[in-house]
Amino acid sequence: MNQSMSAVSLESEGDDWRLHLNGDWSPAALARIEAQLRSIPDGLHGVLVCDWSQVQTPGIGPAWVLLARLDELGTSHLEIRHAGDPPHFLELLQKLRAGSHAAAAAPGESPGLEGSLAELGRWAVLQGSEARGVIGFFGSIVSVLGAAFSRPRALRPSSLARHVYETGVTAIPIVSLIAFLISVIVAYLGAQQLGRFGADIFVVDLVTISVLREMGVLLTAIIVAGRSGSAFAAEIGVMQLNEETDALRAMGMNPVELLVVPRVLALVIALPLLTVIADAMGLAGGGLLALLNLNIPLPQFISRLRESLAPTTFWSGLIKAPVFALLIAMVGTYRGMQVRDSARELGRLTTVAVVQSIFFVILADAVFAVLFVQIDF
Amino acid sequence: MAQGAPASTLRVRGLVSRFGTQVVHDGLDMDVQPNEIFGVVGGSGTGKSVLLHTILGLRTPQGGSVELYGKDVQQMAAADRSGLVRSYGVTFQNGALISSLTIAQNIQLPLREYYPASEKTLDELAELNLALVGLAPDTGKKFPSQLSGGMVKRAALARALALEPKLLFLDEPTAGLDPISAAAFDELLLYLHSQLRLTVVMITHDLDTLFRTCSRVGVIVDGRMISGTLEDMLRNQNPWIHEYFHGPRARARAAAVPGAAAAPTENNG
Repeated sequence: MNQSMSAVSLESEGDDWRLHLNGDWSPAALARIEAQLRSIPDGLHGVLVCDWSQVQTPGIGPAWVLLARLDELGTSHLEIRHAGDPPHFLELLQKLRAGSHAAAAAPGESPGLEGSLAELGRWAVLQGSEARGVIGFFGSIVSVLGAAFSRPRALRPSSLARHVYETGVTAIPIVSLIAFLISVIVAYLGAQQLGRFGADIFVVDLVTISVLREMGVLLTAIIVAGRSGSAFAAEIGVMQLNEETDALRAMGMNPVELLVVPRVLALVIALPLLTVIADAMGLAGGGLLALLNLNIPLPQFISRLRESLAPTTFWSGLIKAPVFALLIAMVGTYRGMQVRDSARELGRLTTVAVVQSIFFVILADAVFAVLFVQIDF
Repeated sequence: MAQGAPASTLRVRGLVSRFGTQVVHDGLDMDVQPNEIFGVVGGSGTGKSVLLHTILGLRTPQGGSVELYGKDVQQMAAADRSGLVRSYGVTFQNGALISSLTIAQNIQLPLREYYPASEKTLDELAELNLALVGLAPDTGKKFPSQLSGGMVKRAALARALALEPKLLFLDEPTAGLDPISAAAFDELLLYLHSQLRLTVVMITHDLDTLFRTCSRVGVIVDGRMISGTLEDMLRNQNPWIHEYFHGPRARARAAAVPGAAAAPTENNG
């Protein structure tokens, strides 16, 4: 049959109407059929006969769309009949249509002042329960650690070792590389500025203090947040989706003890060690640039380094590492434990874990900075 | 159904599937006639799901051929295959609904891919498919994780029906359902089968479903398929088949089997 022929054509028969349905009525023609059905004028009266005799491949979807359009035309003024060997499923569709019609038309809520107030209240309650959840989570970690005093096995040494390896040892190359490069950049740019005053030698002070106090630990924490914080959230999240954590609970084991505490402890151990490595690589980078770019020989670099260091410089950086580790690990594992239901939740909460742990690390760093100035550390 | 019906809807010949040295199918033959409900049965590890994956073209077998509507699935060009994919619907064991989409969006997913239509029409079609499987229209707004097991199976069936296939593949459609939901699913399947004139290939372990819905059964034994009507199976002397259809759980059903279902008797042991 001619493809360009219209799928629907309306013809008047006295007071009545005849709707000729033609040609391809398979789902592939849906868009065309839909457009032509819309061209049927509203406000018809009398009897409308749908003539199926010219339809070649009747599809369920198009037939349903036709019935929907006929319903729209209004059944009060218009009596609809089907003729010309309608498809076998038409009766079923009409029955379903009648059923779904009754179920539809549920009134929607109107969003007014009341609605937005309710929204605000819901948000506040959500924040409150979230805060309670975080505190409860922290409490359960502490209680596991407390119990570990009388039962050291609760610390799961083998699991702890695996996580120290995964979060610490395997991160050494990337942490070293980044610490080295960043300190080279700082030294290089610093030398440009200090050279104008003939104060090249202060590049050593610049590199030493910035790397040891701030950049070593901060860069390491951010890298680890990206690597391990996301891994924690994803690992525990998938276990949540598979009901593995429920299985552990059902067997009388505590998922916090098995999954959370080893990861938190491992990161608290690994991050300070990584920080020491980052500090060393940063100083090495500064020393290399001083030698190559500023012609400061290594012995002079080291003696200047000793002079510039206060006794607390190294420790003021390192002391922050366990705190950052705690924040990263707790945010990662907490978000992982929150995963419910779907793959999308897993992705969302993994992202949240990384973003929040970096945010908390920087916030904590700011607090430390103010604190150290105040107590003159 | 006429005895001299045209070509089989599905025809598998000499299928060989191997995983390393483990042979799962060793010359398996299978025929599904138009408009029948064909049940595939077999012990754990006999390769029921492998067979389904091979038929769907998700897995390349080590030997043999699979023909759907007389066309060899393996030899087919990519363009033809996309047309073939539209001619059948599949439900997977755990529903396999996309978890980040609502039920309505899940149903509309293949429609959007293949048949461009307005949002209003797509909503209407989602409502249609939900109504076909007996789900309320507001189910469409929910996410898969908010549905019960039985509703997930129905929603998966609604998605499989979205492209109006003539052939349905169901992988364990009643597994994990309570007997009432499972029985309701059986009735739904029979209803759709008669109303929409579907051909159904179903992997199942549910004896009730098997006896209630299937016109013919294929049993995978020793890497081959023995197929026939339920009555043939009840008479079959193969030890595994005998155990399956005469075991303690089957005996009660067998007693309740009505007369032979009207189906072509084809017994290739």
